[in-house]
Amino acid sequence: MKMKVALTGNEAVAQAMKQINPDVVAAYPITPQTEIVQFFSSFVANGQVDTEFVTVESEHSAMSATVGASAAGARAMTATSANGLALMWEVLYIAASNRLPIVMPVVNRALSAPINIHCDHSDSMGARDSGWIQLYSENAQEAYDNLIQAVKIAENPKVLLPVMVMMDGFIISHALENLEVIGDEDVKKFVGEYKPDYYLLNVKNPVTFGPLDLQDFYFEHKRQQAEAMENAKEVILEVGKEFGKISGRNYGFFEKYKLDDAEMAVVVMNSAAGTAKDVVDELRAQGKKAGLLKLRVFRPFPHKEIAEALKGVKAIGVMDRAETFSDFGGPMFAPIRAAMYDLNAGNTIVDYIYGLGGRDVVPQDIKKVFEDLEAIVNKGKYDKLVTYLGVRE
Amino acid sequence: MSFNRNFGQGEGRNSAEAVTPDKGWKDLVRGGIIPTAGNAESYKTGDWRSRRPIWNEDKCIHCLMCWRFCPDVAIITDDGKFKEFDYDHCKGCGVCVSVCPTNAIDFVDEDMASDEDKQKNEQV
Ligand code: SF4
Ligand code: SF4
Repeated sequence: MKMKVALTGNEAVAQAMKQINPDVVAAYPITPQTEIVQFFSSFVANGQVDTEFVTVESEHSAMSATVGASAAGARAMTATSANGLALMWEVLYIAASNRLPIVMPVVNRALSAPINIHCDHSDSMGARDSGWIQLYSENAQEAYDNLIQAVKIAENPKVLLPVMVMMDGFIISHALENLEVIGDEDVKKFVGEYKPDYYLLNVKNPVTFGPLDLQDFYFEHKRQQAEAMENAKEVILEVGKEFGKISGRNYGFFEKYKLDDAEMAVVVMNSAAGTAKDVVDELRAQGKKAGLLKLRVFRPFPHKEIAEALKGVKAIGVMDRAETFSDFGGPMFAPIRAAMYDLNAGNTIVDYIYGLGGRDVVPQDIKKVFEDLEAIVNKGKYDKLVTYLGVRE
Repeated sequence: MSFNRNFGQGEGRNSAEAVTPDKGWKDLVRGGIIPTAGNAESYKTGDWRSRRPIWNEDKCIHCLMCWRFCPDVAIITDDGKFKEFDYDHCKGCGVCVSVCPTNAIDFVDEDMASDEDKQKNEQV
């Protein structure tokens, strides 16, 4: 059963959580994520879910309680944004390293300071090396779809890693959108029952999680984690296909938009991809070979597949909604450039940092990117490696 | 000196084999999870010791001050008398050495302990 509904991004994510019906949710409010757990707590109060809802005093505690619940054997979730995610920091690593399949929506918001509650990707990008799988969503539909898939990816025995699902704060989280939701029964069947092999509440076989692990074995356990992340690639594709069967929407590592014969293309994540597609359409109408790659999976990083998809594109503009303060562009730029290196295909790759602190990115901005890329195609070289798009000079 | 480094899994217990340093990453339970309960029993922590207490029977008056003060329950008694050290768990802190009123306990570097010393005290 499928149903067309009008929901905001936060409502769509809360709806997905309701259908997943996790055993435990421990959460703390933070703009723009607050609504997700607010809606979800009303499902708990109304008896629409079986979830044990734990109100905590901070995000550090939210993630700690979620880790405890997950290790105990529960399907556990939380949600956060920005500084909330930053406060979870040490526990993010603990969740991933203990191999706990926690699922968490992250509503992307700029990190302080100065205080800003609007969208950029500095929060989740900061957590990119914490061992969590990261799925990014263009709109409410994708956030809803990604969250449901995340459960199945995380809990796969070949993976057993936590997953965070991102969508853009306010732009998506608070905007109303028409989307299609799947029936409760279909979601229930899709995510299945969570049956952990080792869990703390198993009185028949008590186990220990997170013991001291020094020079002798820590390295081996990290190696296992790296392997799990590699395994996740295959599982993400399997789950994406399976999800297509119940929803009609297939998911892979990224979406290629008019990319196959493109001479110039942007690589972009989340909501700005929608705007950029409009610009691509406009340029195509003018006979220009513009294309787009919208990255969905940032961790694990599908480097081979990205390189293959971008191989024939002469000028590539990577669009980063976060700064790394490295003097080498945003967080997507360096790995994409590195991924292309082995192909020796002569692509020119430049970076655009845009939209920090919720600064609007409008078609005019993206046209400017394509103008630069066109000049690169013609001249065979770039003027500027990193451009701050839409900042006032 | 040989290190035990046995993480306590296995060794006569019901599940996975003992985790020993020769095990590769594919052989270990994920994330360091210890899948057997009560395995601390097979974790011989005595290998942390760098100095070894050695008992001299002829000086001992069996006052059991050492037994009272040992923070590790590593003094084994028999019928109210000093019997032996439990070297599997003695950490070599030296508390017994300093509380002994008759200086009946020598304290030597683990590497320096002679085979005779080791044999004399290790009766198990
Ligand atoms: S403290 Fe010294 S004398 Fe007393 S029982 Fe121990 S070894 Fe013997
Ligand atoms: S050295 Fe310390 S641990 Fe060992 S027997 Fe003496 S008091 Fe106990």
